[in-house]
Amino acid sequence: MSLRTSHLLMAGTLASALGLSLAAHAQENATERDYQLPLPEAPEGKVTFQPPHERDLPDNQYGEMVRKGRDLFVNTQALRGEYVFNDQNCSNCHLDAGRLANSAPMWASFGVYPAYRGKNDKVNTMAERIQGCFTYSMNGKPPEYGSEPLVAMQTYLHWMSTGAPINESLPGRGYPKLEATEQGADRARGAEVYAAQCAVCHGEQGQGQKVGERQVFPPLWGDGAYNWGAGMHRVNTAANFIKANMPLGKPYSLSDQQAWDVAAFINSHDRPQDPRRRTMESLDATDETFHNHQGFYGDEIDGHRLGDHDNFGDNPRPLDG
Amino acid sequence: MTTMRIASGLGLLLGLGLAAGQVQALEGDAERGQQAAGACVACHQADGMGMNNPGGQSWPRLAGLPAAYIAKQLHDIKEGRRESATMMPFANMLDDQQIADVAVYYAEMESWPALPTAYRAADPQDAAEWLAERGDWAQDTMVPACSQCHGPNGQGVGATFPPLAGQHPGYIVSQLEAWRDGTRHNDPNQLMAGIAKRLDEAQIAMIADYYATLPARIAEQEAGAQEEDGQ
Repeated sequence: MSLRTSHLLMAGTLASALGLSLAAHAQENATERDYQLPLPEAPEGKVTFQPPHERDLPDNQYGEMVRKGRDLFVNTQALRGEYVFNDQNCSNCHLDAGRLANSAPMWASFGVYPAYRGKNDKVNTMAERIQGCFTYSMNGKPPEYGSEPLVAMQTYLHWMSTGAPINESLPGRGYPKLEATEQGADRARGAEVYAAQCAVCHGEQGQGQKVGERQVFPPLWGDGAYNWGAGMHRVNTAANFIKANMPLGKPYSLSDQQAWDVAAFINSHDRPQDPRRRTMESLDATDETFHNHQGFYGDEIDGHRLGDHDNFGDNPRPLDG
Repeated sequence: MTTMRIASGLGLLLGLGLAAGQVQALEGDAERGQQAAGACVACHQADGMGMNNPGGQSWPRLAGLPAAYIAKQLHDIKEGRRESATMMPFANMLDDQQIADVAVYYAEMESWPALPTAYRAADPQDAAEWLAERGDWAQDTMVPACSQCHGPNGQGVGATFPPLAGQHPGYIVSQLEAWRDGTRHNDPNQLMAGIAKRLDEAQIAMIADYYATLPARIAEQEAGAQEEDGQ
């Protein structure tokens, strides 16, 4: 067996273990890559995995690093101005401090990395995946390899995954996928859903709400929100998240149609520029290369083309390296 | 037909919106509010601090609650969205202007205790603090942390999510129970009702006591910290 064949076999095993058709898919579309190709969906079935409880954390250096990671996960704003340049915390999109099933829990994510990601067309380690969140969801700058924030977060994720299988997609991973509806996602209908269900917390203008300096409800668009490169700006990702997790404390209370519509409404508002725009000649090129998915980037909405600006929010230098 | 139905539905929505809008549009006056609040003093006390009555009905602290929150509650009591045999006759005595006035009177009486907003990790050994700051997300429970809507240290967010810290424990318990049995159903989108129904009795008692005593405990901690600094 040649080295190459064994690599392919390994890749095949990995792919089937994860239930991926991703590798094949990527090959078929070699010339027309979808940079946002997601990892495979979680398998059906009851969520059985339980992450350990914090009261059982050991009082040693490992336990201390887990606590540091936990603190950064729920209060990512501690890194504001250094690695974070918007008003978000990790725990906004990963509820219960990254523990909640169907809210992209960390215990289901940790073991599937390293993994190939269409988004950057290479195999990503967990560290790179976390860095990606900083670049896009936090509109920030990735913490360097070996830096304490990154080590702390990896350690937190590692601890949370105690006893979870490696290289196996677990029920509860990611957000449950909503099937497309006949009516599609409509931002006008979504505006009504937003006003009735979301504005009470996130504000009429999606600005969120603060108490003192503390962000209680996160902004959903504008400078404080996730940027145009974040996974959450995709209508399907947001719809999936919303259906299973929003309004807070009322999971699965919106109809599929409402979740699609309100996701379209939220994500058809402008937000900090996609950091990859810096490497591209034009909005069109950025759109064509990185936005072959369900999103509004580059679309004309109410006489304004979304993403047609050089507003990177508070990020002074939105591209790392 | 469809258009008409939509139109009448819209009218209903607009009507509700207008009612709420009018309430907000009425500007309250604290001096007039004091005149109108004559009947409130017996329970809510002259200083607006209310009273905890163990074993009986507790009277909520009003001093420092957001005016819009107080006004909404009075309207909701009048209109049955918040059932209260005790409060109903008194709320009915007030017209819209008087409600606005009384609301401002109590809101301005004394500020609600401002508590720290800085992040502090919840102690996993402290069940009450854990529920307040981290919630109870076990399967089929899905109870968010109180602070996720009521703000850091439960000091309230805007006029919609009232402060919990410093409120009387008997009152907090009675309201959570009212949501559970449906006698209070004036929360936006039943956000509180659903959560109250998923809390058990022990959690309700625990969280009421936690928030009632939180300002005093924080003050104690801060005094302790200052003493240490001084040394």
